Amino acid sequence: MLQRLRENKSTQGTLLALPTTVWLFILLIIPLFLTLVISFGKRSPDGNVIYTFTLNNYIRLSGYTTDCPDGQATCFDPLYLQILGRSLSLAFNTTALVIIMAYPLAYFIARAHPKQRNMFLFMVLIPLWTNFVIRVYAWMMLLRKEGAINIIIGWIANFLHIPFQPFEMLYTPGAVLVGMVYEFLPFMILPIFTSLEKIDTSLYEAAADLGANSIKTFLRVTLPLSMPGVVAGTILVFIPVMGTFIVSDILGGRQVILVGNLIQRQFLDARDPTFGSAASLILMIMTLIVTYFYTRKFGFGEEIVAA
Amino acid sequence: MNPFRRSPFVITATVLVYFFLYAPIVGLILYSFNASRANVTFEGFIPSFSERVVMDGSLVKSSPCGLFHWYCDLAKNDDVIEAAGNTLTIAFTATIIATVIGTMAAISLQRYDFKIKPFSQLSLYIPIVIPEIVMGIGALTLFSQFFGWVNDAFNLSGDARLSLGMTTVTVSHIAFMVPFVTLVVQARLQGFDKSYEEAAMDLGANEWTTFRRVTFPMILPGVLSGALLAFTLSLDDFVITFFTNGPGSTTLPIYVYGLLRRIITPQVNALSTVWILIVFTAVLLLQVIQSREQKQH
Repeated sequence: MLQRLRENKSTQGTLLALPTTVWLFILLIIPLFLTLVISFGKRSPDGNVIYTFTLNNYIRLSGYTTDCPDGQATCFDPLYLQILGRSLSLAFNTTALVIIMAYPLAYFIARAHPKQRNMFLFMVLIPLWTNFVIRVYAWMMLLRKEGAINIIIGWIANFLHIPFQPFEMLYTPGAVLVGMVYEFLPFMILPIFTSLEKIDTSLYEAAADLGANSIKTFLRVTLPLSMPGVVAGTILVFIPVMGTFIVSDILGGRQVILVGNLIQRQFLDARDPTFGSAASLILMIMTLIVTYFYTRKFGFGEEIVAA
Repeated sequence: MNPFRRSPFVITATVLVYFFLYAPIVGLILYSFNASRANVTFEGFIPSFSERVVMDGSLVKSSPCGLFHWYCDLAKNDDVIEAAGNTLTIAFTATIIATVIGTMAAISLQRYDFKIKPFSQLSLYIPIVIPEIVMGIGALTLFSQFFGWVNDAFNLSGDARLSLGMTTVTVSHIAFMVPFVTLVVQARLQGFDKSYEEAAMDLGANEWTTFRRVTFPMILPGVLSGALLAFTLSLDDFVITFFTNGPGSTTLPIYVYGLLRRIITPQVNALSTVWILIVFTAVLLLQVIQSREQKQH
């Protein structure tokens, strides 16, 4: 028996991979399947799931409801579509801002002297290692009416003799955007840095020899070669932004509700897991579609692992 | 063109981004010394030491710990101590299991061919391409449906009833950590020269000895960095823990989140500062060890 195992490479490989595969199958794949089944179910009055087949949850998400105020049979309430649209546009805006901020910094680190490079990278990682929730809290303190940002603007206004009323930045869509950018910025810096570092410096010399100026060199050499990093970073930023609910919960208050908040409430407050499951499947499908088209266009780089 | 050339634009942008990254953290630390209990505005540092805490309205006038009043307050908070213990217990247990099975999977996927290999490899990418909240509610659904079924089937009651707790959190953490360990170790194995192993076998070592004496020492840095990554992911995790924790398994991120929705005293800032310091020291130590190792080779 043992002798046969020693000779059978295929069985050895299967056995080695088995614990991980089974673990992921039970905790990732079966739950996804359960979510799909439940999303077609109905909520029982005590908040449990009745297994059946109905598309009601998806119809409700698309905006049609039978629960109308003025006695009509069906009516249209765009609330959930608005939430989906808001999440999508927030994720796009966050990703775009993060790329704009991360690229120059990654470029700087990649061009820094090798001895200093580790230190600069380390400085990017420290904020990342302070806890996610703590980072949102830090912004909550800064954005408040009495917070540091208003105080500093107040000083400047005072210095310039401009009348200034502190304004509430907390609980606005802008606050959520800033919070998201802050949370996910390091996830863009690292992959872009990795792909920039790989570029052979002799390419720059070649470009210069052939008469390209620095802008042209950047556009024709650096940028195309760093695209895998940008793509990997986008995946690492876009997907979590779509699903995060703490940032909007704490910095957006009741003003900014995202898909993540919708799902969370269905599972914990509203106690309708069937509707929450439908919403989370739609969320998953939206992120998969965006990721698919994006990676098909630019390729799926190794940079994702490097980060 | 000089590769170390830096344009003024790049330097300005770099300084601004670093400022953006650090300003909130500096503010957070500053407010942990706030005299004001309400913690809305910074009312100055706590001025003096005294036998007992002296308050003037919501201002701390003096305290046995002086400036570090909120840190002492924190040390007396049993909920925080319990949450810290839970966080570490979950992180250590999950890291050990995830590292062992993740490394096994990496070796298997890199070295062997077998029927379910494409499926195993593909399942590793799930946690990367699927939002965490989807995994979180999936795990919650799995546990609640399965536990409900078991509790009913065996008529369990009281403490015997299965419910969410430390085990469900740990098990779910392992699920999202394993792929990261496997991918990191796999990357290490890719740049690995197989001739060392062949040489060992030629010299008469069996598979186990070869693994122990040749393969494992060579992939060890990969295994360690995979384990460290897994550990930090577990410490930092909020979403998965949020959906899979139960009574008695509150972790620090969950505890802090709970506080943010109620009253926030500078204690939260003190807790954040301690957290930042611990992580900073740990990572710094690790960097020092790594750079020493690199010098030796």
